[in-house]
Amino acid sequence: MIGVLASIIDGVLVGAVYGLAAMGLTLIWGVMRIINLTHGAIIVFGMFALYFLASMLGLPPYAAVPISLLFGFSLGVALYWIVAHRMVGRPILMSLLATFSMNLVLIGLGTALFTTSPYNTPVSLPGLSWSGYTFTGTHIVAAAIAATIAGFLYLLLYRTRIGKAIRAVAGNRDAAELCGIPTTQVLSLAFGLGIALAFVSGTLIATLFPFTVLSGQTYQVKSFVVTVLGGLGNPAGALLGGVALGLVEGLATPFMPVSWIPIVEFVLFVITLLAFPRGIFSFSRS
Amino acid sequence: MKTNALRLLAAAAFFAAAPVSAQETLTIGFTVSQTGKLNNDSIAQVRGFELWRDQVNAAGGIKAGGKIYKVEFVSYDDESQNTRVQQLYTRLIAQDNAQFLFSPYSSGLVATAAIISEQYGKVMLATGAEEKPYRLGSKHLFQVYAPAGQYLAGALQALKALDPNAKIAFVYKDDPFSKAVAVATRDLAAKEGFKLVLDESYSPDTTDFGPIINKVISSGATALIGGGHYPDGATLARQLYDQKAGLKWVTLLVAPDSPNFSTLDKAAVGISVPSQWEPQATFKPDFGPTAEQFTKDFVAKFSIGPSYHAAAGYASGMILQRAMEQAGSVDPEKVTEIFNKMDVITLYGRTKFSNDAKEHGLQLGHEMVLAQWQMKDGKLVKEVIWPKSAKTADILY
Repeated sequence: MIGVLASIIDGVLVGAVYGLAAMGLTLIWGVMRIINLTHGAIIVFGMFALYFLASMLGLPPYAAVPISLLFGFSLGVALYWIVAHRMVGRPILMSLLATFSMNLVLIGLGTALFTTSPYNTPVSLPGLSWSGYTFTGTHIVAAAIAATIAGFLYLLLYRTRIGKAIRAVAGNRDAAELCGIPTTQVLSLAFGLGIALAFVSGTLIATLFPFTVLSGQTYQVKSFVVTVLGGLGNPAGALLGGVALGLVEGLATPFMPVSWIPIVEFVLFVITLLAFPRGIFSFSRS
Repeated sequence: MKTNALRLLAAAAFFAAAPVSAQETLTIGFTVSQTGKLNNDSIAQVRGFELWRDQVNAAGGIKAGGKIYKVEFVSYDDESQNTRVQQLYTRLIAQDNAQFLFSPYSSGLVATAAIISEQYGKVMLATGAEEKPYRLGSKHLFQVYAPAGQYLAGALQALKALDPNAKIAFVYKDDPFSKAVAVATRDLAAKEGFKLVLDESYSPDTTDFGPIINKVISSGATALIGGGHYPDGATLARQLYDQKAGLKWVTLLVAPDSPNFSTLDKAAVGISVPSQWEPQATFKPDFGPTAEQFTKDFVAKFSIGPSYHAAAGYASGMILQRAMEQAGSVDPEKVTEIFNKMDVITLYGRTKFSNDAKEHGLQLGHEMVLAQWQMKDGKLVKEVIWPKSAKTADILY
């Protein structure tokens, strides 16, 4: 029983980080209808950011978090004006192909520079032990940071004028434009936020696990699952969806061979979509 | 003037006609995983091929049957994908006219390449541990690695010497190589009288081993054996340390053999790995360099120490060269005959291939060693701990 509880808690902690990763994806989709297939590559950049800042420059690992947020935001704004701006309003297939191609370029470049060797930034924090099971300090801190960032994002979107503008553009861009909202700047801001979230989630994941240039792909797939579970375009739903996914992984593992876990996840995913086509936490919009 | 010109012409004709060992080209084809998840190990293997090629050509080439052959490679990126291996080995044979083949790295890709090489009757030296390709009636496929079934034999023997009552959690990756190791290891563990308290495979895409480790803790295991390849092995090792799993013995496949494993810092201490070869190996070769000389040459060329993948790559070239020299020919059937009789020791260890039609080409002579990461003077180093005849340090338990 204690083992089951331990697995559930572990799953929820890691799920919060999955949720943070998915929030970036869902924000970009919700605001500008772009499916960003460079999401995994951005997560990997965030992982390498931790490695360079902490392992090579010697900064405290968690000091990399605000740096990653700022850098990720700047990178996102730059990418918007270079690439994404041209995809807004175009057919979805175009954004899929464009971002897929960009992802291949980024991963290829990364492989050429770093090979697929595993990289690791040792981060050690005292954890909590309970009846032989340990909840690592890094997991607890990562989940807390993820929840904090999600909280700030919620405040930004629902308690500030900028957030209102983002939601207005997401709802109806033309109407927002007519109301005097500079929609192009708002879109670039939203894209920057989405990339920043993906970037910092990579930094947090790298405090937990070793990684390679290819690690982003698995988190990208999880992000898609979480995004759809939580409701496309719903950042809060994405966080909850991530926690739900972590919960499923933690709950199922003690009772069945671990090789069955991906099957269980995807079966539940399909059942959830049948029951909640817009996602569990999606609310209908006027 | 006219007479001098005629004399010059005659001299030129004389030298042109004089019998000289004409240099020919020997084309060896293979694919490299320059991209994809197998990149790290595949590149190491190719460096072994390249070092051998450069040394052979610098010495004049392969001398066989009165001819001299300069070695040339034709290679492509297989992207760590089976589908690309299938296409590219066909191309290597049909378009690039490769006379001999080296396999890609890893059991999964070797299995695909072997289908093509056998179809065309090409000799291929293979660097994959899975035994299955050799049990399908192959005639020209030769395994350089010790088979998967042997991988964890040393670890179990070492563990038995330390604690015959150890409770083992067997947690391995769901891929052809790891599963082949798993099948053999279960049998070996049963023979050694061990109790497997947990026996599970995990998906290759597993990113968080926390729930699995909690299961290991729940099982009461005192030893963990398993893993797969790189990223999963490194993640599992780190999380075992972070979660204080309380295991006295951890043996993981492949990952701890990489020099990069030392970046795990304290999480690497005590982790053992079965290895096809280590630079400290003290084999007395019948021909070619010693392990020490090979390591020096490798470091001089690539500025990084050789892993067993590199040593196996180099040995592949050496034994192919040896077979051609002894056959006095580059004819594949003659070379195959020599391989069938071969029993040699190189820097890599003993090489002997099975002649049994049921598993032709399976490696019979090569043995694994067990290496362990230990702290020495404040620095992480990999020591050979098993077999006792080859050890460079005592076991950390």
